[in-house]
Amino acid sequence: MSKSNLTRRGLLKTSAIAGAGVALPTIFTSSANAFTNEPTGSTVTLGFNVPQTGPYADEGADELRAYELAVEHLNGGGDGGMMNTFSSKALKGNGILGKKVEYVTGDTQTKSDAARASAKSMIEKDGAIMITGGSSSGVAVAVQALCQEAGVIFMAGLTHSNDTTGKDKRANGFRHFFNSYMSGAALAPVLANAYGTDRKAYHLTADYNWGYTTEEAIRASTEAMGWETVAAVKTPLTQTDFSSYIAPVLQSGADTLVLNHYGGNMVNSLTNAVQFGLRDKQVNGKDFQIVVPLYSRLMARGAGENVKGIFGSTNWHWSLTDEGSKTFVKSFGEKYGFPPSQAAHTCYVQTLLYADAVERAGSFQPCAVVEALEGFEFDGLGNGPTLYRAEDHQCFKDVLVVKGKENPTSEFDLLEIVEVTPVDQVTYAPDHPQFAGGALGSCNNGA
Amino acid sequence: MFGLDKKDTSLLIIVAILTMLAPFILNPFPADSAMAQFNAGYPDLMQRFVIFGIFAIGFNILFGLTGYLSFGHAAFLGVGSYAAVWMFKLLSMNVIPAIILAVITSGLFALLIGFISLRRSGIYFSILTLAFAQMSFALAYSVLTPITGGETGLQLALDDPRILGASQTPEGNIPVPGLFGMEMRETTQIAVGAWEFTFNVGYYFCAVIMLLSFYLAIRIFRSPFGMMLRAIKSNQQRLNYTGLNARPYTLAAFVISGMYAGLAGGLMASMDPLAGAERMFWTASGEVVLMTILGGVGTLIGPVLGAGMIKYMENIISKINSDILHGWFAFMPDGLEDFVVAIVYPFIGKGWHLTLGIIFMLVVIFLPGGLVEGGQRIAKAFKRRKSDDASGKTSTEPAE
Repeated sequence: MSKSNLTRRGLLKTSAIAGAGVALPTIFTSSANAFTNEPTGSTVTLGFNVPQTGPYADEGADELRAYELAVEHLNGGGDGGMMNTFSSKALKGNGILGKKVEYVTGDTQTKSDAARASAKSMIEKDGAIMITGGSSSGVAVAVQALCQEAGVIFMAGLTHSNDTTGKDKRANGFRHFFNSYMSGAALAPVLANAYGTDRKAYHLTADYNWGYTTEEAIRASTEAMGWETVAAVKTPLTQTDFSSYIAPVLQSGADTLVLNHYGGNMVNSLTNAVQFGLRDKQVNGKDFQIVVPLYSRLMARGAGENVKGIFGSTNWHWSLTDEGSKTFVKSFGEKYGFPPSQAAHTCYVQTLLYADAVERAGSFQPCAVVEALEGFEFDGLGNGPTLYRAEDHQCFKDVLVVKGKENPTSEFDLLEIVEVTPVDQVTYAPDHPQFAGGALGSCNNGA
Repeated sequence: MFGLDKKDTSLLIIVAILTMLAPFILNPFPADSAMAQFNAGYPDLMQRFVIFGIFAIGFNILFGLTGYLSFGHAAFLGVGSYAAVWMFKLLSMNVIPAIILAVITSGLFALLIGFISLRRSGIYFSILTLAFAQMSFALAYSVLTPITGGETGLQLALDDPRILGASQTPEGNIPVPGLFGMEMRETTQIAVGAWEFTFNVGYYFCAVIMLLSFYLAIRIFRSPFGMMLRAIKSNQQRLNYTGLNARPYTLAAFVISGMYAGLAGGLMASMDPLAGAERMFWTASGEVVLMTILGGVGTLIGPVLGAGMIKYMENIISKINSDILHGWFAFMPDGLEDFVVAIVYPFIGKGWHLTLGIIFMLVVIFLPGGLVEGGQRIAKAFKRRKSDDASGKTSTEPAE
């Protein structure tokens, strides 16, 4: 009954195949590029892979703003931002190597799989030569491995886990952000000063990779100065109510609570802890204290009143007064109307660093860029003199210890800088136990 | 042909042609045009189309034939992925052993979960499978971190043993998955005029496997076994009263469908050697239910269409950002342009879930048989117009 239809369709299909078959051999272009996605036209495409949905969407949105600003500055628009204060003067505001910078965006959803799919489509479909962004270490590690395989450069966004430049480091991947070890090393002396050296700490740790490395780092640093760790309890990442985890803290005899939580987790656990009245309690004759190893302004805003007086560490803060930070806050503020977050800062800097490395190398070839970035020393990007260490592609720079401000003057002015920990104090050997295992491998140019 | 009747043979041939010519069909717009945004013919997405096609075909064997709605099918996908990546880590980068182990592992896992869950039917069965899948997710995410890599996912490393292959390439990189020397990522680009077509080894490998699994699914649908499964769907009680024990049949269907999911997971890992726990999250299980319902439950081709549609939206629609929108509507006066963008923007880009939700609602309300029913209605309308013969019945038929 449907026979005639099928024959007609079959005929159409056959002629289509035949047509395609005839067309095939006529125009063959070889795709023999020197490296993956070699930019041949007048433009170069960068891939900005940030969380647009999910728990870190706020940070992703801020990262994207920073990227757009960086692209504007690279192409010669705006006031040039930190390109003016950057110690390397290779960037001229005419794009990268004279090619106009274009960009594509993707949504990581803060899931390794989705992030890889999105990065893959940027590399395979849009021809991105460099992938950057992300607000979670799991995503950073996954995308970094993908970029290594595909032969493009990965400039990590916000990722704080030791593993990104530790056991999961890759030759094509670079991290400007600081890490758990640095947080521990910077926080410990400040905590010892403020709270003494005979504290009993209770850790609540987000049950995933970043939580583990942060707990490990904080324990190691605080125990080294005399603190005792009473217990370390893992909490599920999806937990929103931490009451049941807070209650046992007081019975444990601990007098300090360390919240190895980030984002929404930290907002909720801190709020719960304060609501339980932990901070008004006296244990072992001392005031009960709470510590949050990794702070961000966006989290501080979420937790509101509760962050007052609580210590933590951060990569950068907009209230820094060096020239680079001031310039960046100004151009970001003029464009968007509020100061940038630390996530925005690290993403902006990473974009500039990549562009600068390409200019200095004189080529987009990943191996040349890797060589230009390895051991690169620079200044003027908001963190003082900084080194991109060749052994593990981690930036070494000063770390900020901050605490929640008692009397904030605006909704952005929530943290105050307690101490700028000098870089020497947070530097570690590349084969430090917390970073052991894994190897950079060699750089990959791809196809 | 191949033991199929004429109707099924032609369906199989159509699917074969579609998958083999996918690089052309999915890239209908010239590479430099503004419409190139909608091209889907790049390796990663084409691979996803067929892999999720396999996943949905397998799910449909269970849901479409027996009516048992498993809400935890992603667990098998995840188990398959982990098994495959472990094979890459320990044995060699050849995809064949990886895929075989993926199918076997997920089959065993399905046997275990099915044996317990199938003691109940209806909503209780769904909840049980959902619970098992969430349990697997939680285990993979934290407790089993040494085996699964936790949140970061299981990845290859330079110092993996790979006893039948090399730990690392001479250049000091991790080797890539391949089939006897053919790398899965090998890609040839062919430019025809302004068009660019991408041919990828991995895609064709997946496509061939999808055709085989599609063929197997047709055979199952048409077999006495398939008839028995349909009987379970239409009235299990009556079946029990006739003295038949339905459980072995449902268990077999569950295991087969779990093995399909494992195959899909193994293929995913072969195309991109990383296995993440999110693959087992309940939303991933929900996605395959959506795919099947969107395409048409119980039809042969429906799940594949549904999978293609959802993956297309997830990867193409979601990438349209507000800049691109402003580019499209740039011809309008300023105020109007902003207004139109403000109206359209919530539905695309990161709001693609909203659009998907609306489409899903429309399909469920107006086309209960899914996209396949839509196709049938269109075909019927054309046929009626051609010759007033209303007796025509179209190629695919839902199970119920």
